[in-house]
Amino acid sequence: MFEVGVKIAVSLTQISIVMGVVLLTVMFLTLAERKVIGWMQDRMGPMEVGPYGILQPIADGLKLFFKEDIIPSGANKYLFTLAPIIALVAALVGFAVIPFGPNMRVDVFGVQVQPFVISDINIGILYILAFTSIGAYGIILGGWASNSKYSLLGGLRAAAQLISYELNVGLAIVGVLLLAGSLSLVKITEDQCCWIWNWFWLAVPRGGGVPIPQILAFVVFVISAVAETNRLPFDLPEAESELVAGFFTEYSGMRFAFFFLAEYANMILVSCIAAALFLGGWNAPAPFLQFHGSLEHLAWLSGIMWFAVKVYFFLFLFFWIRATLPRLRYDQLMRFGWKVMLPIALGNIVVTAIAAYFFPR
Amino acid sequence: MVPVFFSYFSLVSILAGVLTVALPNPVHCGLALLTLLLHVAGLFLLLNAEFLFVIQIIVYAGAIVVLYLFVLMLLNLKTDERVLHHRYAVILVAAAAICGGLLLMALRSPFQGAKGHAPVEAVLQDGGSYAIGITIFNEYLLQFEIVGVFLLGAIIGAIVLAKTPTAVDVEPE
Repeated sequence: MFEVGVKIAVSLTQISIVMGVVLLTVMFLTLAERKVIGWMQDRMGPMEVGPYGILQPIADGLKLFFKEDIIPSGANKYLFTLAPIIALVAALVGFAVIPFGPNMRVDVFGVQVQPFVISDINIGILYILAFTSIGAYGIILGGWASNSKYSLLGGLRAAAQLISYELNVGLAIVGVLLLAGSLSLVKITEDQCCWIWNWFWLAVPRGGGVPIPQILAFVVFVISAVAETNRLPFDLPEAESELVAGFFTEYSGMRFAFFFLAEYANMILVSCIAAALFLGGWNAPAPFLQFHGSLEHLAWLSGIMWFAVKVYFFLFLFFWIRATLPRLRYDQLMRFGWKVMLPIALGNIVVTAIAAYFFPR
Repeated sequence: MVPVFFSYFSLVSILAGVLTVALPNPVHCGLALLTLLLHVAGLFLLLNAEFLFVIQIIVYAGAIVVLYLFVLMLLNLKTDERVLHHRYAVILVAAAAICGGLLLMALRSPFQGAKGHAPVEAVLQDGGSYAIGITIFNEYLLQFEIVGVFLLGAIIGAIVLAKTPTAVDVEPE
């Protein structure tokens, strides 16, 4: 009984830390996005609240919190309330299996715990895919329950887009799974130990041997991930110029904030997955770039730092793409997904499978 | 813990199953179906079949029910008039027979039903996904390939049906 109590206490602590970090990052991201895009477009970005506008997220949060909560007449009240909750929960639940740091075990009151992953389950990556696909329901239901044409169209567009690009995400990671021989994110990350070329984007085997690079899968994954998070240039479900705001046109106040949080949490989640699968997760690019020698016991700290660097690189990429590319047309989006991305992902699986058969790792 | 979760998952599954056919609004029926599929996935998890759990959610909840809802929302069906088909008695008999057969099988399974080759220890040792992979690609490879060919046929059929017919150019002679 004591053991169960300790386990629950440890898990709750880990969950609150991860949730806290993720939500703080979301807060910071809303500001970072406006600032980065502002600089890229030769503007200043938010400057009014606090020095250089750094308190802007707090002002935004307060505004959303105190806004009137409107439920449109004719809307389905329960589903209208449920939709943002589904979207946010599905986005946050995926963080449970992300390894943020080295796979080590710590003894807490006689119970072995892994401090840097909330739950090391052996189907980790599939678990994330499953719950991101549940997240689609938040968007579709939000669109339908609002009883508005713009919302419905946004929701339906989102459904079609999510299904199309989810497939590409799923197929792009198969190559990595073949090389790692595991579905657990902890094992996949551990497999990419040591040097930058051991990461799965180049996938040189650790003891030397024939590399089976997954760089094509990496590119497909990143593009599909941008599409799956409904970000520009794939933000058709919420295209302002066509659909007002898409599926959350009728939402206001905290419910709107939930959708907003879910979108940014999803961005962080796919960045974490991309970092863990293709860029070595918490592994440093070279052994001498992490704490070693007399600082060996602090190696976990540099691991977490490297993981954060990779995740922030992807988050910056999201902003960069948004500031650079115009929105696709709907038929272009579908054609790109099914006729360009899908064949590349499928071809990558065939080539990787054959190569992995002849040159086993 | 397991009995608590089992009773939750099974009771909600039954309730959602009834609601799937009983609710008046088709979109609500679709959502009840989604609830049913998610809770059946939970039952798989209790059986240590974590791979089936995830595949159930990804395939059924994540793809198929989304498409159902997609169509239902687009059509915006009106179901004010609810009439039974005039030959519903025939269908009722068939449905009762199928349900009875399934119930019989379900009731028999704890006592003398079919047992798999893989003992629980083997599944627990290597994980459900490993066990399923080995079984599918060794014992049931032929069946697996046959299903693949069927699905390919279905895809080709869908493309043929969906393709807009192009006007045939009749050359003036």
